[in-house]
Amino acid sequence: MTGLHARFRDRTAFAPRADYRLLPFRFIRLDDQRYVVTSDVGEHVVVSRDQLIAFARHELPVTGALYRELKAKHLVFDDDSRAALDLLAVKYRTRVAPVANLTGLHIFVVTLRCDHSCHYCQVSRQTEDKTRFDMARDHADKALALVFESPNPAIKIEFQGGEPLLNFGLVKHVVQEAERRNAVQRRDLQFVIASNLTHLDDEILNFAREHDIYFSTSLDGPEDLHNANRPLRGGNSYRAAVDGIARARAALGHEFVSALMTTTPASLPRVEDIIDEYVRLGFTSIFLRSLSPYGFAIRTRLIRGYDIADWLGFYQRGLAHILAVNRRGVQLREELTAIALQKMFAPLGSSYVDLQSPAGIAIGALVYNYNGKIYGSDEGRMLAEMGDDSFCLGSLDDRTFASVMTDDALQQILEDSLPESAPMCADCGFLPWCGADPTFHRATQNDIVGHKAFSAFCAKQMAVLRHLVTLLEDDPDARRVLMSWV
Amino acid sequence: MLLKLSGRGLRALGEVSSRPFIGRISTDVAQRGPNEIWLARGGAGVPDGFRAYLLAGPRPVMPPRDSYALGPEFSYLSDGDVIRIEPDRGAVHAIYRRNSRTNSLLVTERCNNYCVMCSQPPKDRDDSWIIDDLLQAIPLMSPDTGEIGITGGEPSLLGPRLIELVRCLGQCLPATAVHILSNGRGFATGDLAKALAQLHHPDLMLGIPLYADVPEHHDYVVQARGAFDETIRGILNLKRHGVRVELRFVMHAETYEGLPAFARFVARNLLFVDHVALMGLELMGFARTNLDALWIDPLDYQRELREAVETLHRARLRVSIYNTPLCVLTPDLHPFARASISDWKNAYMDECDGCALRTQCGGFFASSTLRRSRGIARVRLG
Repeated sequence: MTGLHARFRDRTAFAPRADYRLLPFRFIRLDDQRYVVTSDVGEHVVVSRDQLIAFARHELPVTGALYRELKAKHLVFDDDSRAALDLLAVKYRTRVAPVANLTGLHIFVVTLRCDHSCHYCQVSRQTEDKTRFDMARDHADKALALVFESPNPAIKIEFQGGEPLLNFGLVKHVVQEAERRNAVQRRDLQFVIASNLTHLDDEILNFAREHDIYFSTSLDGPEDLHNANRPLRGGNSYRAAVDGIARARAALGHEFVSALMTTTPASLPRVEDIIDEYVRLGFTSIFLRSLSPYGFAIRTRLIRGYDIADWLGFYQRGLAHILAVNRRGVQLREELTAIALQKMFAPLGSSYVDLQSPAGIAIGALVYNYNGKIYGSDEGRMLAEMGDDSFCLGSLDDRTFASVMTDDALQQILEDSLPESAPMCADCGFLPWCGADPTFHRATQNDIVGHKAFSAFCAKQMAVLRHLVTLLEDDPDARRVLMSWV
Repeated sequence: MLLKLSGRGLRALGEVSSRPFIGRISTDVAQRGPNEIWLARGGAGVPDGFRAYLLAGPRPVMPPRDSYALGPEFSYLSDGDVIRIEPDRGAVHAIYRRNSRTNSLLVTERCNNYCVMCSQPPKDRDDSWIIDDLLQAIPLMSPDTGEIGITGGEPSLLGPRLIELVRCLGQCLPATAVHILSNGRGFATGDLAKALAQLHHPDLMLGIPLYADVPEHHDYVVQARGAFDETIRGILNLKRHGVRVELRFVMHAETYEGLPAFARFVARNLLFVDHVALMGLELMGFARTNLDALWIDPLDYQRELREAVETLHRARLRVSIYNTPLCVLTPDLHPFARASISDWKNAYMDECDGCALRTQCGGFFASSTLRRSRGIARVRLG
């Protein structure tokens, strides 16, 4: 290379001095050769064991490529610059600031009645004709008051069940009442109905179109698998779902309908079929969800049908298939993976309520149950149906938003749900990409913190993150697709 | 068209002032006044009541005080332009051209950086008179002006006088966007960022160069140890106070390899900036001095450029490519290219005649003839 004119100094005049200091970091083994080093704000570098040791012992050459990468990601700093400290502070603040917005997701369980009898039902649905499992209008109004007491500028109201369309009158009432309040409040207000779409009719579709309501439905895969998982007395659940998806898309627009799947033992050998079904139906997103230890999934012992290793095999094969689908030019994103990637690469992290620190319980989502009780998460009310009311935050009859948020029991749960101070989590290299799931650990270990060595949640997180980092490091094609999901 | 903005284009026709002065060009007798300069393209009649007279036609019998014959290279001057006349040198400088989209005010030639590719090499001398001139000139500019650039040197070295200038712009030209080119270092500490923010200028943006993700590389490019830290702090301070900031990255042989890392750094650390401009090299000033060390054919950094644009765009940052003709960019980068070169130094090449992309293309710096990209070619569609 030709040098600069003599009046300019060359690069060596600006090189860092030979010693450096470490900034807060954690590390974890990736495989036999490599380690992942992460910063408090979730930036990471993959290094060899020798490099890790040299880095920690302050023995890295300061002119090398690895030093530059560590310095750019604010894992080290040297005497020449303190900008790293300013930038780290800004990044940390950016990442945790959304906690102060408090609750954005508000779930209305307008009825527990349902026409389906899914083996894995996690909310313990009731048969259709028992109206005592419907939410009272008075409770809905009280819940709405709570919703608008939350300071969050973006409010999402989600209707859950049971099957919420079986109590569509109340859905209508809540939407209209929320919009009336919002005329003054001016929040970014969104509505979602979680429905099996069996009861979709023109009246509902017209109303949904007028109020920009989204639908989230269940689709477990091809017809035989879906119907085996989701029996509909005297009907065909798959047909109802597929017809409903088509009608809702036609009435509202393609992007107004999304679908979720649940993995049962019968799903395990068929991940490719399930993904192909999503592609065939024109979905751009799929969430490979494992069974959760609540409701009928426990009562029917369905959850014992596979262990976490089985599910991971399912996930890895599924992700490989999704990446292949993307390489064919079809856009399809896997949501569990996308959440992890957000946490790894996006300055704001991920807003997914079930993987936060502190946990998203109550401060991320509030659930207003059909009977007027308030829960801090959808899983909390599922646990309640099984007789464990430990996540109940009182009743709509005597609570305000402030009294829910300052509830002693809730404060204790939130404090215990900071992985930064939980045994084993505090030192884990994956900590900035993880979160807490107190409900899961309460359900499985009878303790909201849980012993991570015996936690299927932890095993799943570890395996998924290791798999993702490995793909990002070793497979440039996969990396290209994965980065487009951030 | 290439314009000569300054030069000794004046020949005194009689008695002249002893000191430099500023005025506005007018061809309308009714506009007469102490800050107006009469421009006559022909005819012998010379109205009274103007500050000075620029005469392109025949010399009048009795030229009023401050009458000058105007050289043909300044024939572009027209109504509403604001100029500075130095009678003793016979010099004229066009401070502002009413018909130009791109008026830049050079506010000082002093700078605390010494960038290896600086197109406007700094001069370390007291030039505080410049800002006095500009404070006189700004009230003469048209309130219809779309945008005014402030450039240097380093404007933030002016401290409170910069604030005075921006306040004057905001008061005299409230509808005019103001774009300040600054290295940001002057905003790192103290209250300059706050003072600028408190002007509440309706349309203000600072363009701040940043050349790397780590200090050693940035400091080398700007030839100043510690500059990276001050620039970063300046950016954080400005944004904290609500001033809009654009990042500028000049692409050349000493920076292009760092483009992808720079983009990742910005997407992670500075996501709140308002715009990122990735800029082709202008072969002026130190870029000429260091031409062999700095020149790289833009064709040879397309991979790095594309990766950087992809990273920034995906992070939902506004990103633009400046100073690069479309024919040397891969087609997927065309949507990001902007016609960014100021009219007075803009040029096209022979290949541009009949090129299908000519109307969308920014063309070249007039200085680009020094080195030519292999990619320059006439694009034909179909």
